[in-house]
Amino acid sequence: MAQPEALNDLRAKFGDKIRRVEEKNDRRTYVNIAEGDLTDVARYLCNKEGRLVTITGIDTRSGVELLYPFFFADEHHLITLKVMARKPKPSVPSLATWLPAANWSEREIQDLLGVTFTGHPDPRRLLLADSWPEGVHPLRRDFKGLPE
Amino acid sequence: MKTVVIPLGPFHPLLEEAEYFKLYVEGETVVDMDMRVGYMHRGIEKLSESKTFDQVPFLVERICGICSTSHPLAYVNAVEDLIGVEPPERAKYIRTIIAELERIESHLLWMGLAGHFIGYDTVFMWAWRYREPVLDLFELISGNRNHYAMMKVGGLRRDIKEDDYPQILTSLEEVKGGTELFIGAVMDDPVIHARTKGVGILTPEDAVAYGTLGPTVRGSGIPDDIRRDDPYAAYDLIEWNICTYEGGDVFAKTAVRLLEVVESINIINRCIEQMRPGPIDLDLQNIPAGEGTGHAEAPRGEVFHYVRSDGSSRPVRHKIRAPSLMNIPSFKATCIGEKVADAALITAAVDPCYCCTERTAAVEKGNEGEIITGAQLVEMSRQKTARIRNDLGEVPPVEKLVQRLISQ
Repeated sequence: MAQPEALNDLRAKFGDKIRRVEEKNDRRTYVNIAEGDLTDVARYLCNKEGRLVTITGIDTRSGVELLYPFFFADEHHLITLKVMARKPKPSVPSLATWLPAANWSEREIQDLLGVTFTGHPDPRRLLLADSWPEGVHPLRRDFKGLPE
Repeated sequence: MKTVVIPLGPFHPLLEEAEYFKLYVEGETVVDMDMRVGYMHRGIEKLSESKTFDQVPFLVERICGICSTSHPLAYVNAVEDLIGVEPPERAKYIRTIIAELERIESHLLWMGLAGHFIGYDTVFMWAWRYREPVLDLFELISGNRNHYAMMKVGGLRRDIKEDDYPQILTSLEEVKGGTELFIGAVMDDPVIHARTKGVGILTPEDAVAYGTLGPTVRGSGIPDDIRRDDPYAAYDLIEWNICTYEGGDVFAKTAVRLLEVVESINIINRCIEQMRPGPIDLDLQNIPAGEGTGHAEAPRGEVFHYVRSDGSSRPVRHKIRAPSLMNIPSFKATCIGEKVADAALITAAVDPCYCCTERTAAVEKGNEGEIITGAQLVEMSRQKTARIRNDLGEVPPVEKLVQRLISQ
């Protein structure tokens, strides 16, 4: 299986910061990193012409797992960065300060999963209604519906 | 000069989605804008966690009424990526046919509405007249004009009968003829040029920075298309071309969509020519634990689905990203500096499942002011076209074409 160039570059530059690489198949790779390294690695992938597709959040016992898929069109490859935002106050640095494409995705996750994106230029509510109570996040596992 | 705030939205009577745009206006020029979505948030990602893997396609098919097959297609791509299987070859071809028919239907729908916005109701009727045979084909193939329920993890629910091939080919030939006439007329029409050329320009740099997708990015001259870049269905089994157009303005996005209608018809013809009888479904028993991502190029751009499974019968997490979420924020790059009468058209050019103009209120510096309705805003746009046409002093080619066709 040919290694995509972007992944080799990433390994060469951030070898010590990559915690684990899962090569799912020849078009999908998942790369685990620490939340402190997110900005550097994401900026590097953007400079290598990776397109941030979206951001996915998954609520787990220890924190909110955040997935940042970057698509490399020329290599037909999707590299997904995985970052764990630890509870009780999940927080990661915002990418929207320098990447407009991350803006709405981060606001969406802030609404639905209660992750704080530090430094976000416009951290207003995006999807939830104005009347929705503060601090209640519908995609958290402990969400059991709004009180009557 | 005094800044006036014009809120557009959130509801539009014609279409399915609600959004809210606040335009900050000085004189006739838009100087800033703000957007809000979320009026229609239905919690589908949460709901999906309570469905079995086989039920989810029916749920996600109902995310959008116009491009209803893109979401199930991206979802089955994601689950197949999770399992590590590929559907049978015939299923791949039929998936392509359904997806391309949908692109034709959606682009013609957009064309008609854009025509209505600029005051060309003949364009509206003409485009929708050619959309109708495509919907009839869907009825022929799937039994439904919309929500075709064709996609299934591992294949398809329904085959296309060989007896139906001639009908499909004949109808598409008719649509192709109509679209080609239409392309000739639109590309040369001076009024359409005046209304759409140089209006709402999305530069290639902004198109990349905002992560825009589909005809929005291809209208800025960037050949970005997930059908080529991460091939699914039969897109790597047939010959086809990506349609792009330089300029980034409303005209370029229109041109991309019209060219794509013709290209989609070519793709379907090739699929019908190449596909052979065979199985359309894998016999999958259960979904293992793991994660998978799937894309599909919807008419508006790439749809992205992520599915995680713990080995049970239901997804633990199902993330959905529709193209408009990336395309709508780019209005900040395209609307500022433009005229109010063009704002509706610029937002419509992204084909954001519209919704801009039903109830519009003009408020001056926080004071309650005059209320402008959405109909009035569309009227402003239509009057602008009428002015341009009068100044031109001749019958534009689009109208000449329609007059000729009516007299036949």
